[in-house]
Amino acid sequence: MSRPLLLVLALLAAAVASLFAALIFGTFPISVPQVLDSFFSPAPGVVHDVVWQLRAPRALAAFACGGLLALSGALLQVLLRNALADPYILGVSSGASFGALLALTLGAGAALVNTAALAGALAAIVIVFGLSFRRSDWNAYRVTLTGVVLSTGLSALISLTLVMAPQGQVKGMLFWLMGDLSYAGDPLAAWLLLAGLTVLGIIQATRLDLLGLGELKAQSLGVAVTPLQLGIFFSAALATVAAVMLGGAVGFVGLLIPHAIRLLGVANHRELLPLAVLLGGAFLTLADTLARTLLAPQQLPVGVLTALLGVPALLALLGRRR
Amino acid sequence: MLHCEGVTLGVPGRVLCRNLTFGIEPGQLWAVLGVNGSGKTTLVHALSGLARCERGTVLLNGRSLESADSRQRAREIGVLLQQEDANFWGSVFEYALLGRFPHAQSWFGWGGEDEEAAFAALAEVGLTEFAGRRYATLSGGERQRARIAQILAQAPRLYLLDEPLQHLDLRHQIAALMLFQRLALERRKAVMMVLHDTLWPGRFCSHALLIHDDGTARAGAAHEVLDRAGLEQLYGCRLREFAQGAGRYFLPDV
Repeated sequence: MSRPLLLVLALLAAAVASLFAALIFGTFPISVPQVLDSFFSPAPGVVHDVVWQLRAPRALAAFACGGLLALSGALLQVLLRNALADPYILGVSSGASFGALLALTLGAGAALVNTAALAGALAAIVIVFGLSFRRSDWNAYRVTLTGVVLSTGLSALISLTLVMAPQGQVKGMLFWLMGDLSYAGDPLAAWLLLAGLTVLGIIQATRLDLLGLGELKAQSLGVAVTPLQLGIFFSAALATVAAVMLGGAVGFVGLLIPHAIRLLGVANHRELLPLAVLLGGAFLTLADTLARTLLAPQQLPVGVLTALLGVPALLALLGRRR
Repeated sequence: MLHCEGVTLGVPGRVLCRNLTFGIEPGQLWAVLGVNGSGKTTLVHALSGLARCERGTVLLNGRSLESADSRQRAREIGVLLQQEDANFWGSVFEYALLGRFPHAQSWFGWGGEDEEAAFAALAEVGLTEFAGRRYATLSGGERQRARIAQILAQAPRLYLLDEPLQHLDLRHQIAALMLFQRLALERRKAVMMVLHDTLWPGRFCSHALLIHDDGTARAGAAHEVLDRAGLEQLYGCRLREFAQGAGRYFLPDV
């Protein structure tokens, strides 16, 4: 069996296992047979409610969030031709966080906080795009720098908001900044977006491979480069916004999951994109399960867990002799 | 098949060559010669539709290059760029396969003929055994051969090669030139290559284009255009001419 196919099977299994683990583990103990029962012969009761109303939506939200971040990271690494590009390089997370924090400071309710976060994220995308896009001259450096500069400015505003905020609110705000899936909404839209963008990415995979060789090269082989770049920019931006709206600024996943797949020996985007989606989703689901069970009833920010788990794994992959 | 009519090329702030008119036909092997910065690369870009001409038109099979669909154009014209500013993470085989993009039929993978073409191309540049190696682990000369393999897999009707011999050792320079000659003579392709070496054009090329510093250019059959006086004027240094076997060779007289 070919290596990519093996990896697809292994990661599919990991994805299912991570979702299953998310249903089983928690403060309220549920056994494997009970979970299977609630799948195949659902009967009303506490178990059914915990599985279907609490854990399943959160697990599915975590998976979609991780998948979207990994996908967005992989796309931006091609678009900006920068191995250090991650979903937040466009300023989406800073924009969203600033919007949310501002709304929290003003004492807004949850719905308004979310709206403010969405507005902040979209505003960041519009600003980065407006300042960096020139007709027939897309410059990866200008996009990168504009995003980084905007993020830096927003970070300063975020720090200012944190300092000015009343003591009691700071902890809730930190969760926005570090990533947290406890307030994730209905993940259906995110799943649809994830599926759509993954299929789109697979269809455009060869074009992405070619763009990775350079704009001129891609153009010489018949790729319409500017429409492709616009498509990547907005696909990545949309994926990031959807992920941030589910779980805040979860770090690490978008930057390093695509690299983990490359280190496993898969480089072409037709295989890399779906593998990154599976690994990103499984990884974040697992991290989120740990985040809510490790020190239960205390909930840890999942962003801390992704880094604590992911960094050693990635360092091990990097250090592996090849 | 490719005609340049009154083409003037420039980069911002500078005019490179003026009023260039010539045509490339199947079966011809062209050398483009000129000093650094004379516009050889800009010409390759303009002829392949990657850059615009300041004035004049480039016609591909009688139709304006700009009106062609980009994938259709890539089936007609292949470009070997002087440099690629990117790292490729995949294998040498995957690299060669990317040349098949203009021919790709399916959204979800390569066809059998694409893989055959990529393997055949690697065999032609002697990289068969390197097919599974990571492209990034190749030496400079091996990469150059992989890039030549990619354009062979692309199988265009016109090859525009910008310094195809760079990084190649003598043996592989000769092998590459023989390959380009076969492309022109046996497979009736049109080939144009930018060269820096006065050793090869008189041996292998049927036609030559000399681009001078002052923006003037001479294009024509090799035996008319390539002579000692012309090359001395072009490069601003003295040369000696040797005639041996099938070739005329020019060497610096220093």
